[in-house]
Amino acid sequence: MDIFLQQLINGLVLGSVYALVALGYTMVYGILGLINFAHGDVVMVGALVALTVASALAASGLPAPVVLALATAAAILVCVALGVTIERVAYRPLRRAPRLAPLITAIGVSILLQYSAALIWSKQYISMPDLFKHDIYSIGGAQFTDLQAVVFLLACAVMAGLLWFIKSSRIGRAMRATEQNPEVAGLMGVDTNRIIAFTFFLGSAIGAVAGVMVVLYYGLGHYFMGFMLGLKAFTAAVLGGIGNVVGAMLGGLLLGVIESLASGYIGDITGGVLGSNYRDIFAFLVLVTVLVLRPSGLLGQHTGDRA
Amino acid sequence: MNRRHLIGMLAASTLALTYGCGQQEKPPAPKPKAEAAKPVAETVTVRVGSASPLTGPQAHIGIDIRNGVQLAIEDLNAKGMEIGGKKVKFELVAEDDEANPTKATTVAQKLVDSKVVGVVGHFNSGASIPASKVYSDAGIPQISPSSTNPKYTQQGFKTTFRVVAHDDQQGPTLAKFATSKLNAKNIAVIDDSTAYGQGLADAFAATAKAAGANIVAREHTTDKDTDFRAILTSIRGRKPDLIMFGGIDPQAGPMVRQMVSLGIKAKYIGGDGMQTPNFIKLAGDTAEGVMASMPGLPKEQMPGGKSFVERYKAKFNADVELFAPMGYDAVMVFADAMKRANSTEPAKFLPEMGKTSYQGVIGPIAFDEKGDLRNGPITIYVVKGGKWEPLETVTPGGEAKPDAAKK
Repeated sequence: MDIFLQQLINGLVLGSVYALVALGYTMVYGILGLINFAHGDVVMVGALVALTVASALAASGLPAPVVLALATAAAILVCVALGVTIERVAYRPLRRAPRLAPLITAIGVSILLQYSAALIWSKQYISMPDLFKHDIYSIGGAQFTDLQAVVFLLACAVMAGLLWFIKSSRIGRAMRATEQNPEVAGLMGVDTNRIIAFTFFLGSAIGAVAGVMVVLYYGLGHYFMGFMLGLKAFTAAVLGGIGNVVGAMLGGLLLGVIESLASGYIGDITGGVLGSNYRDIFAFLVLVTVLVLRPSGLLGQHTGDRA
Repeated sequence: MNRRHLIGMLAASTLALTYGCGQQEKPPAPKPKAEAAKPVAETVTVRVGSASPLTGPQAHIGIDIRNGVQLAIEDLNAKGMEIGGKKVKFELVAEDDEANPTKATTVAQKLVDSKVVGVVGHFNSGASIPASKVYSDAGIPQISPSSTNPKYTQQGFKTTFRVVAHDDQQGPTLAKFATSKLNAKNIAVIDDSTAYGQGLADAFAATAKAAGANIVAREHTTDKDTDFRAILTSIRGRKPDLIMFGGIDPQAGPMVRQMVSLGIKAKYIGGDGMQTPNFIKLAGDTAEGVMASMPGLPKEQMPGGKSFVERYKAKFNADVELFAPMGYDAVMVFADAMKRANSTEPAKFLPEMGKTSYQGVIGPIAFDEKGDLRNGPITIYVVKGGKWEPLETVTPGGEAKPDAAKK
């Protein structure tokens, strides 16, 4: 039982990171119908920027929370600039082009970001300095560190904040209007270009926070880390119903828990034939099952041709 | 311009080729003519190749090997060797394989074309293996100072040798150390699903089991993963007193961190893939007490280590990185075989290579029928005070033990 509880905790923490990254995919998809494959790599850049800033300041004698705050601020700043620039330079000129063109562009941007990062940060794994001493807590035989608790709670706070923002703020309303019908929204006085840029802004900022969480949690960064993270987050977004913000959160947490349980129990279930290196089979099996039964994902609605 | 350059090179290489052919028997025409007039005995020039990465991220290790080879050649020339009644003058041909398997075969062909009688190299297993085909076809013996992949000597070539213990010897050695010295009873074994990691872990598990330990968990992850909490959690439930990982530092670092954060108190041990300074960086404070093996003796403990390190320092104004002593000994093994065969021709001294029994800087050198180092020592290191410190050196038993775990 304590093992099950432990796997659940592992999964929820992992899933909350997936959920944050998935938000970036789902918001852009909801508004533009574009799968922004470069998003995972924007997260990677955020992670590496935070890592670099934290390493540079770690020896300066500043208190650890200040170092972390500065690193996070730098990551958000760089990611937001990157996200908005990518939208302006790579996607906006193609907005009326056939849908395949922006998709290929997104893949191109993703590769560009990866290899630029390889040039800047080398292809080595880079280690994150230990900013905090981690205390270990225990409930019912399962253990978690304060860092895990912070990652999970912060992710929940960001998601709650985002939901409130979309529901209640003026820009949030404009975002929902653009999502439903950009042309009509434009006729109603919504500056859709600004709203789209803002969506990238928001997605990149949340992605930067997720990137900081990843380097804090695992203690290392790598120029290729955005690829798998992006793929998993995209899967989470599809699982929850792409375009649906709550769906992305649910899909992320669910995928994290499935992965964790699968890697923990796959060896026992298959009698040692398959190890945790095959855990992705389970994750994608669940995805396929959900899509067969509910083609638009758990919480997605069928939105006709535009989805 | 370009074409003329090419033609020039072609002409030069054909010239070198035509000269090269006669080189082993009689002195080459232009240079040694003046020298040859003086000594009574005839002089032959014998070329020894050195192939390792001299540029790129691994350059420091590759240059280290080349320097070792150069030092050996200078020592031999200073001592003066006579083979078949002729004075032998050794000459170094150093090539850069950039740690690249494709470049390695090109370099190998280049060395063959320049008529080397033996090659010390390559550094990487991934380079040594493809290059070995070229040397084998040309009948030129190759001694790798550092490649540990078992496959290198298992291709059926008569020309492949190495002066370092290989991975199939490392796993059982680690297992024996774990069961007898650490008294590990319940062991969890994890690998990264690569040829290296899984091979090491399988060999470890087989020997540990034979020694009476319980393998309580056998898990696999990948060499791209950084989240091991799930498998560590299920391992925690089996209460191991030791966790063994077959893999490299980018996985081992975060794994040790996560192990500690899950409250697992087991000891942690691995192979040479994680015996790196980077591992300590990645694992941070949690690296303390982690153990890993590395083929070879620590250079301070090599029989000829102390004087070698000093002479190396005096000559190159640099510290021995890693494999310079192996490179040095490799050349000496060639010279030793030539002496016994009384010939500098590869075809004549190659059969003698297998009978080598040489006391080198790194210790006694003898090869088994495949060309692997017999009883290659393996050192176990432990992280102490943020640094790898040698803990204990194990020399695998002389019997067929290293092969016991082979499937």
